Amino acid sequence: MKVHESDARAIFRRHGLPVPESRLASTPDEATQAASAFGCPVVIKAQVLAGGRGKAGGVKLASSPEEAGAAATRILALTISGEPVRRVLVAPAVDIARELYLGVVIDRTAQSLALMASAEGGVDIEEVAATNPSAILRVQVDPLAGLPDWEARHLGFALGLSGSQVRQFVRVAQGLVEAFVDVDASLAEVNPLVVDEAGDLQAIDAKLNIDDNALGRQREIEQLRDPHEESDSERRARAAGLSYIKLDGTIGCMVNGAGLAMATMDVIKHYGGEPANFLDVGGGAGVEKITTAFEIILEDPNVRAVLVNIFAGITRADDVAAGVIAARARLTQDIPLVVRVAGTREAEALQLLEEAGIGAERSMDSAAALVVEATR
Amino acid sequence: MSILLDASTRLVVQGMTGSQGSFHTRLMREAGTQVVAGVTPGRGGATVDGLEDVPVFNTVAEATRATGANAACIFVPAAFAADAILEDAAAGLNVIVCLTEGIPVLDMLRVMPRVRASGANLIGPNCPGVTTPGDGVKVGVMPWSVHSPGHVGVVSRSGTLTYEVVQHLTDLGAGQTTTVGIGGDPIIGTRFVDVLAMFEADPATHGVVLLGEIGGDDEERAATYIRERMTKPVTSFIAGKTAPPERRMGHAGAIVSGSTGSAAAKEAALRAAGVLIGETPEHAARLLVQRLP
Repeated sequence: MKVHESDARAIFRRHGLPVPESRLASTPDEATQAASAFGCPVVIKAQVLAGGRGKAGGVKLASSPEEAGAAATRILALTISGEPVRRVLVAPAVDIARELYLGVVIDRTAQSLALMASAEGGVDIEEVAATNPSAILRVQVDPLAGLPDWEARHLGFALGLSGSQVRQFVRVAQGLVEAFVDVDASLAEVNPLVVDEAGDLQAIDAKLNIDDNALGRQREIEQLRDPHEESDSERRARAAGLSYIKLDGTIGCMVNGAGLAMATMDVIKHYGGEPANFLDVGGGAGVEKITTAFEIILEDPNVRAVLVNIFAGITRADDVAAGVIAARARLTQDIPLVVRVAGTREAEALQLLEEAGIGAERSMDSAAALVVEATR
Repeated sequence: MSILLDASTRLVVQGMTGSQGSFHTRLMREAGTQVVAGVTPGRGGATVDGLEDVPVFNTVAEATRATGANAACIFVPAAFAADAILEDAAAGLNVIVCLTEGIPVLDMLRVMPRVRASGANLIGPNCPGVTTPGDGVKVGVMPWSVHSPGHVGVVSRSGTLTYEVVQHLTDLGAGQTTTVGIGGDPIIGTRFVDVLAMFEADPATHGVVLLGEIGGDDEERAATYIRERMTKPVTSFIAGKTAPPERRMGHAGAIVSGSTGSAAAKEAALRAAGVLIGETPEHAARLLVQRLP
């Protein structure tokens, strides 16, 4: 789950990061008022979950409250990576001497946290990683022990910071690691972490993604979820325990297991079709879940045929077959349906389907080829 | 021969008194697995329908002392699963298979150093388990009927995709030594390289099918291992070629982030190591059968 900058700023502040004060505005008037309250110049920033808002014109400086209002008008009219801008953040502009990068991620290979820092802040860190990887400093951090002072100090000196700045940097780096662990993040980033003209560190941006698996124990964070992050279909799917991602093709897919669901999409493509969605019904899929899955798949007007591909293990194939039969009976649309079931209780499932007059394919390749044919 | 599990495997099932746990314990026993104990805290001494001869204990240590268990299978909910892994590691079990999906990543980061120190092989979490068809041992939820004894090793980040390929291998007359679902989470115990090394060392395994997917770089690391150390043929299928970037595709670990984790990069690394890549899972199975000695 992604968290908006304004919420991430508040969380980072709680962990002692030097985050300048700011206000949210959903109208140009509110932006004007905020600019008057702070005193200009101010910066106006689009609050979207997508990256790349700077390049899309979503960040502007304003030297008067009127300019702030005008900038907010333009930014609130933008759509960035498909996401309409609903709010802007207004904050006092900072005189920037240097821009650094600081981030915490999960290091899958080392199975630890990794703190990354770079003297080349303010730009896309992926680009720095690709063009100048040696500019990124990296230390592994044990989530139980946290970041030791000496290691944070080493990083601070390596970034070219001096005496009092290094002390500030140690607090910032340790605070970012603490925030990461506290909210079960999957990414916590300050880009840029600036040195201002007075020589002090300021965290003028904040990015925070949360581990979806931890939302059960992060109720406060879950409240921060932007309801616009997901489409209606995706939200309903999540509520039903389905994992659904809409794509651009014409063949709806209902599969159990993430790996098989991805493979089914790939095999449809291999036989010349285009998948309309990723949908993993998960383990233990019963009638209700299968019916909801069908409804969600068929809400997509591009869908011209549906492929059900179930290889039952923890799921029982006969439960799935019963679900498919019940769901089909409730469907009003007449759409080609290709079903493939195998695995635990396969024989019972095939018998149920046969009795209901639904033909079943035994292999994924033949089922995919058949469903692609049906859309031609 | 086989890896991880064999005729000497004596299994304790954590969460055997639950509905999933009891259903799949019965299926594991039907496959031939020696299930010697169940563990549910507070249910010690209970009996489970259809499993009346399997004693239930409060703790894994007690179960291990009383029954000589040497492997565990974890069916407990995500909030308690990391603790269950620690309990198994502390009890000295050699193989810990954790099926549970949805364990927070930070919990796994905290658990892994203790697991490594214990020397146990943790399989998973978020995995279907391990089968050794020749010895009639299944630990997990894989449909037993698709398996057959033979000389192919299978290692996979997916559950159902593994069943798919095992079924094709069986249909092609190529039985399996051991199949290992290593799990779809970003932080897992036993990884591709570990399992490949076990298959390379196992004389009964003549070739390996590796089923990867988008996210992380374990397939690239596997490619390096295969290029430098592996003498046996390996074929592969990588799922997620059509997956959009920056979206988690069901598995917590299946996400292309920035420049890392794409199916194309994984296929290229594996190809460069001499691995034949299947266009479909069935194709990967066929390619391996053609290369078997």
